Amino acid sequence: MAVELEFLKSILYFSELSLAELESIRKLVFEKTAGRAEMVLLEGESAENLYFVASGAVKVFKTSAEGKEQILSIVRPGESFNDVPIFDGGPSPASARTMGPVLLYGIKKQDMKTILRDHPHIALNVIKVLARRVRQLLSLVEDLSFRRVISRVAKILFEHIGGEMGRGPRLTQQEMAAMAGTAREVVGRSLKALEEEGAIKLDRHRIVITDKEALQKIMEVPS
Amino acid sequence: MAEMPIIDTRKCDECGLCVGVCHCNALAIVNNIITIIETVECDWCTDCEAVCPTGAISCPFEIIIQEP
Repeated sequence: MAVELEFLKSILYFSELSLAELESIRKLVFEKTAGRAEMVLLEGESAENLYFVASGAVKVFKTSAEGKEQILSIVRPGESFNDVPIFDGGPSPASARTMGPVLLYGIKKQDMKTILRDHPHIALNVIKVLARRVRQLLSLVEDLSFRRVISRVAKILFEHIGGEMGRGPRLTQQEMAAMAGTAREVVGRSLKALEEEGAIKLDRHRIVITDKEALQKIMEVPS
Repeated sequence: MAEMPIIDTRKCDECGLCVGVCHCNALAIVNNIITIIETVECDWCTDCEAVCPTGAISCPFEIIIQEP
């Protein structure tokens, strides 16, 4: 299947290019398909390609020595991943796994250099993409390092208990994130941490507080 | 009746990303509308909520205290 010019045009990298320029770039784009939950990048491996998601979604994450995952971003159609190592020449800084069947468009590192040389005016858009990424990652760094998000999540759980007094308001992770002033990814990690500490149990659509005192202690840690 | 994720059809733009990420086929496109198919296989992974670009899907949690 040929790479659609319309799609290339929708990618921020190439949005300023003419159809003739896009046509020349199309020749350098290859397709890659992957099924559900396939690893498409491994952290630390040498990075050969820049990828754009054409359909489906890809989760970009880092893994700790204990095997815990921290999601950095979910890459949706039109967005790119593995940009940083393509430009700095280092290994992939994170892993990427498909969230369902995906179609990716790839450009080899060398070909991306050729594109930048032949169409230098796209550099501004490349900078824009990278700058957005820096801003998003800085916000994540702030949440993960300076704030005790976990204590705020514990407090939110405490304040929204349902049960004998009637059904409490049900909360999504997105809503908890908005209340805690953090990203949804950080809430997911906090819930897992609370479960590991034995304070709660995730039971499908229920969060069961299994140790009220433990949750209270975590809640009282200053933010 | 199994509790299932909720779709706000006013926000949904039928992009289908949720259908692609759902590993238990609890979501399908029927007549161009994203539809929930009730199934006990849904383990509330919340991937559909996470991937939705318009915030149209929600997987809310009920918070309860375990009785001693």
